Amino acid sequence: MIFTAFATAQAQEHNGDYAFDDEIESDGGKVNTKEEIDSYIDHHLKDSHDFHLFSYSDDAGVRKHVGFSLPVIVWSSEGLKFFMSSKFHHDDDGKVLVNDGDATFTKLHSKIYELDKGAAAIKFDADHHPTNAHRVFDMSITKSVFGLLFIGLLMLLVFGALAKQYRTKKIPTGFGRVLEPLVLYVRDEIARPNIGETKYRKYMGYLLTVFFLIWISNLLGLTPFGFNITGQIAVTVCLALFTFIIVQFSGNKDYWMHIFWMPGVPVLMKIALIPIELIGLLTKPFSLLVRLFANITAGHVVVMGLIALMITLKAQFGIVGSTGLSIFLTLFLSVIELLVAFLQAFIFTMLSALFIGMAVAEHDHHEHAGADEDDVDEVRERFI
Amino acid sequence: MLDLINDFSPGLFFMQALILIILIVLMRKFAWKPILNALSEREEGIAEALAAAENAKIEMANLEASNQAAAQEARAQRDEMLKDAREIKEKMIADAAGQAQEKADKIIAQAQEAIEAEKKAALADIKSQVANLSVDIAEKVTRKELSQKDAQHALIEQLLAEANI
Repeated sequence: MIFTAFATAQAQEHNGDYAFDDEIESDGGKVNTKEEIDSYIDHHLKDSHDFHLFSYSDDAGVRKHVGFSLPVIVWSSEGLKFFMSSKFHHDDDGKVLVNDGDATFTKLHSKIYELDKGAAAIKFDADHHPTNAHRVFDMSITKSVFGLLFIGLLMLLVFGALAKQYRTKKIPTGFGRVLEPLVLYVRDEIARPNIGETKYRKYMGYLLTVFFLIWISNLLGLTPFGFNITGQIAVTVCLALFTFIIVQFSGNKDYWMHIFWMPGVPVLMKIALIPIELIGLLTKPFSLLVRLFANITAGHVVVMGLIALMITLKAQFGIVGSTGLSIFLTLFLSVIELLVAFLQAFIFTMLSALFIGMAVAEHDHHEHAGADEDDVDEVRERFI
Repeated sequence: MLDLINDFSPGLFFMQALILIILIVLMRKFAWKPILNALSEREEGIAEALAAAENAKIEMANLEASNQAAAQEARAQRDEMLKDAREIKEKMIADAAGQAQEKADKIIAQAQEAIEAEKKAALADIKSQVANLSVDIAEKVTRKELSQKDAQHALIEQLLAEANI
């Protein structure tokens, strides 16, 4: 794992050296100033429409990009459109226009715009917002979607293989021996204690899938491929929304009672508590989505910023000094990010399980609930 | 915050939702269900095996206890039998001794009777022989001196009767 982190740091430094930046072609696309670094990091944090590994300038000074293009699928005023992202020629400033039938598209800051009818070039207002183009519903296989598909396939293969192993033997061998404790961990440390012995089984499919999806996404973000899946707000919103929907649909009578007619308090208090409880209903998924998004985004920004120290501190420390410092700090932070990658997946799954547990818990029979908890503890102890 | 909302891509959200739903369905069917089933099956198996081992231990202990009881009983039975045997032996010896004594007494009594009879016969014989002998002797002694033989006989008879051997 440390090796991976080291490789990440190395590769990202490598990436930084030959940084691609389509906006600045004048000096061969090198990233040298603070503004360039900021825009590079900003660019990385956004989703992209092609799978870009690194770029370099060849002997003739021509910019070469290494990577491959991904399909663009958009719902425009002319219906569903499909073309490869290579048509944009790595442009991200709305300069290159793509005509598909009657619709004209351009890419601006990782977003695809459709130009209004009759417009020949994109026009901007004072705040650099396009005035004659609008965004389209973009279902492209972007880098994040590509990453998600890859992770999904990987999970199906790896865990499918583990499932197959159980058909012939009781104890898995090889890589399955590593996976089994992880599955057991999610079951015994996350689902069982939070949801309860009798009801946890129904939610295991969601919890396990989400746990491994987030964890692998986070880990993939630490590789030199530069994925930033869980750093996309749309992805975390989607995940949190799933938890939210599952919680609302598993909520029993007690759960809704505690929101709309809190038992055991005066009537006036009951009314006053309704809006508070309703806000609480919404803040739970909101905290989930913001926590995951912010942690991963912050991690990426800091790691890339530390890599950039190589350039920003070159004047003060010299090439060797700044590179050494950058490698040391990046390595250190990458190890922390490895931990964060697991931790965020754990927290998301843990809190999802907790919210589900709150929704399905039996509140009315307090003694009974206490006994239930004891049972759970007992069962846990048995399995530890 | 505005940036964040601006960055939100509905298309990516849609794709993520689609992928997540499909992934959950597929993973449930092909991975989580068989894995979790196998795991709980295995755990149940382990729990059962442990319970069975515990039961076997208890049974073992019970068996040992009953074995010990049986051994104790057997020992008691043996002691009893030995005691009985000893008693029987003693009784038999005593019986045999009694019988032997009786027989011996009987034999002795018979012998005494026989001896008594023999003695009586012998005495009678002796008596008659002594009488004859005495008569013969007296006859020979007194043949010449005594003339009246009959008077002499009567005298001897009288004397013999008086003698009453």
